[in-house]
Amino acid sequence: MTKSVFLGTLTVAGLAAGLASAATLDDVKARGELNCGVSTGLTGFSLPDANGNWTGFDVSLCRAVAAAVLGDGTKVKFVPTTGQTRFTALASGEVDMLARNSTWTFSRDTDLKLDFVGVNYYDGQGFMVRKDLGVTSAKELDGATVCIQTGTTTELNLADWFKVNNLSYTPVAVETNAEGEQQYAAGACDAYTTDASGLAATRAAFADPENHIILPEIISKEPLGPAVRHGDNEWADIVRSTLNALIAAEEYGVTSANMEELAANSPNPEIQRLLGVQGDLGKMIRLDNDWAKRAIAVGGNYGEIFAATIGEATPIGLARGLNAQWTQGGLLYAPPFR
Amino acid sequence: MANVADAPKDSFRLSMLLYDTRYRSLTIQVFVFFLFMAGAAWLVDNTMRNLEALGKDFDFGFLWNRAGYDISQRLVEYTNDSTHGRAMLVGLLNTLLIALLGCMAATVIGVLVGVLRLSRNWIVGRLMTVYVEVFRNVPLLLWILLIYAVFSEATPAPNAFRPNPETGIADRSMFLDAIAVTNRYTALPNPVFSRELGWLDLGLFYVNMDVLAVIGAVIAGWFINRAVKARATRIQEATGERPATWWSSLLLLAGLPVAVLLALGFHLEFPELRGFNFVGGLNVSNSFMALWLALSLYTGAFIAEIVRAGILAISRGQSEAAFALGLRPGRTMNLVILPQALRVIIPPLISQYLNLTKNSSLAIAVGYLDLRGTLGGITLNQTGRELECVLLMMLIYLAISLVISAVMNVYNSAVKLKER
Ligand SMILES: N[C@@H](CCC(=O)N[C@@H](CS)C(=O)NCC(=O)O)C(=O)O
Repeated sequence: MTKSVFLGTLTVAGLAAGLASAATLDDVKARGELNCGVSTGLTGFSLPDANGNWTGFDVSLCRAVAAAVLGDGTKVKFVPTTGQTRFTALASGEVDMLARNSTWTFSRDTDLKLDFVGVNYYDGQGFMVRKDLGVTSAKELDGATVCIQTGTTTELNLADWFKVNNLSYTPVAVETNAEGEQQYAAGACDAYTTDASGLAATRAAFADPENHIILPEIISKEPLGPAVRHGDNEWADIVRSTLNALIAAEEYGVTSANMEELAANSPNPEIQRLLGVQGDLGKMIRLDNDWAKRAIAVGGNYGEIFAATIGEATPIGLARGLNAQWTQGGLLYAPPFR
Repeated sequence: MANVADAPKDSFRLSMLLYDTRYRSLTIQVFVFFLFMAGAAWLVDNTMRNLEALGKDFDFGFLWNRAGYDISQRLVEYTNDSTHGRAMLVGLLNTLLIALLGCMAATVIGVLVGVLRLSRNWIVGRLMTVYVEVFRNVPLLLWILLIYAVFSEATPAPNAFRPNPETGIADRSMFLDAIAVTNRYTALPNPVFSRELGWLDLGLFYVNMDVLAVIGAVIAGWFINRAVKARATRIQEATGERPATWWSSLLLLAGLPVAVLLALGFHLEFPELRGFNFVGGLNVSNSFMALWLALSLYTGAFIAEIVRAGILAISRGQSEAAFALGLRPGRTMNLVILPQALRVIIPPLISQYLNLTKNSSLAIAVGYLDLRGTLGGITLNQTGRELECVLLMMLIYLAISLVISAVMNVYNSAVKLKER
């Protein structure tokens, strides 16, 4: 009996793995739910509230994709993944996409058999220390103990940066941001290092954010973006288009509030194509023509999502910086919708 | 005999494979073997197919690539420029270190508690029972986390040992000016030799010749001492009088190593607070301490029960006979009871050692970079070679376990009842 159950489980696992490479779009539609890999909890990016509702910058992207594909931004199952488990979760088919502060790197894109479909946050790695330590530059961290999340790009950057600058340090490996936060708060490390956005989010969650500073050095490029499995181009197109639609919507001034009105009255053909009034763009990615409208309706365009989750009006208080539209001196640049 | 020979010699029929008891067990074995092979073949085939579907290959080449990450506790030379294979070695040695120290401490605790639990002193006996029951019945992971939390929350930061610039007095001072327990590590004096004999290149790593010299002195002293004692026994058998050997034993066992230590300029380097941290001494990380203590205390509780069972297995007559011969209780325990009890104790003890070694992979919970943390953690994640890393890791744990059981089995056959 036990044996047959065991073999049965193996068969199911085998089948599931076999199916994972098939068309993700059909799977998601058949399931009626999008499985989205997010972090285990990072204020502003992805965090469940007291009722278990996930909110945040990365979460909004999952919801937009669910709205575009399934017509309902709530039909998402959020799967918390650590730095170590995220890519395995995606590769094995446990999740359909990742929106988890993940840096687009060459080897992840190729050797790990993932496809990064774009960048939703241009970031870089920084250091946070207690103010009373009297440190004002990362170059003064010689001999310090540094908390670092394992399985991340930041762990490798840290090693490189200290070596290049001829400084020594003791790494303290932590598994999740929550663990890093706790270790840092308990004083088990002098500095905490991760993506600057993550540092800002972590600091905002402290009871005494004013006692911690983020050092001026940014030691790496961290283009954070959503990723899908390599080999399913159709699904990659859908996630990429959804991200681009949110970015383009901000560029053209389409918001969740004025969307219906613009769809009816806007003379701009680009907006009309985006919102599906003209042309057949939706059909080209095997969705209907209202897909982008639904995606924008969930949490607004890129700018609205940014402002509501991590922007200057929130406790996290991130400026747009590199993440402004190209027309505003930033790097966001969505390809034309035609 | 006769009726077997007389049995009619039928020609072989196929149905006999099933109904004839002479063939049936063979049939079943062949059948089970085929089922097993089919299952294994299916698993391998399924794995290969799914790897192909994911576009991944099966290749251990990554072990020779640059690792790129740092490891804080390393017993051999390692930098982030070393290879993933080297990182694996560092992790493996960390695993072996914790397993070795854990087994040693667990044995000491287990034997002490096991004996004390049988003590006639009511309060001591009860206390030991409480220890055994508490540690045996709470999951090991919780103990590791609890001890780690105590270390990191209840101890001061290294900063607290820094004298206040105005008053010149620090919040905390070091124990005996030598030991500082902080929320990161315990800073201990570091044993060093001022006369360096150099390093022995073993291919994979270097070994300090000074340490080798000291170990050599200990072993040499032990062997010579044995020879001296054997000679004393011979003289005793021949003349009935045993020459005093205690002073030569003392000289050989303690004097020789101490002389070598002195000759090599052995001394302690004391930790001192410089910059962010203590330097100069030996910083034993809290993750190591928590893991070591939890593993030892947890496994020690099981060993205590094994020891107690072993002692209770020896009949009362043995100790009564020893008492009748005038042996004191301590000697009765050491000379009569324990040697016999060992025969009962060793086999289950082996499995406790194996458990401890495998349980040490819970190190991941406190960020101690053992084999699971390096090969099965960071390397696996940075290279995306899940299957290769996990298979390799399983193979290594298997090898360690087999070696431990082999060694312990040799010991077991040395102490077990000699049957002639
Ligand atoms: N961008 C880096 C680091 C990503 C990362 O782990 N970020 C942290 C802090 S910004 C995080 O999201 N932690 C959430 C968690 O632990 O679940 C990478 O992709 O390797």
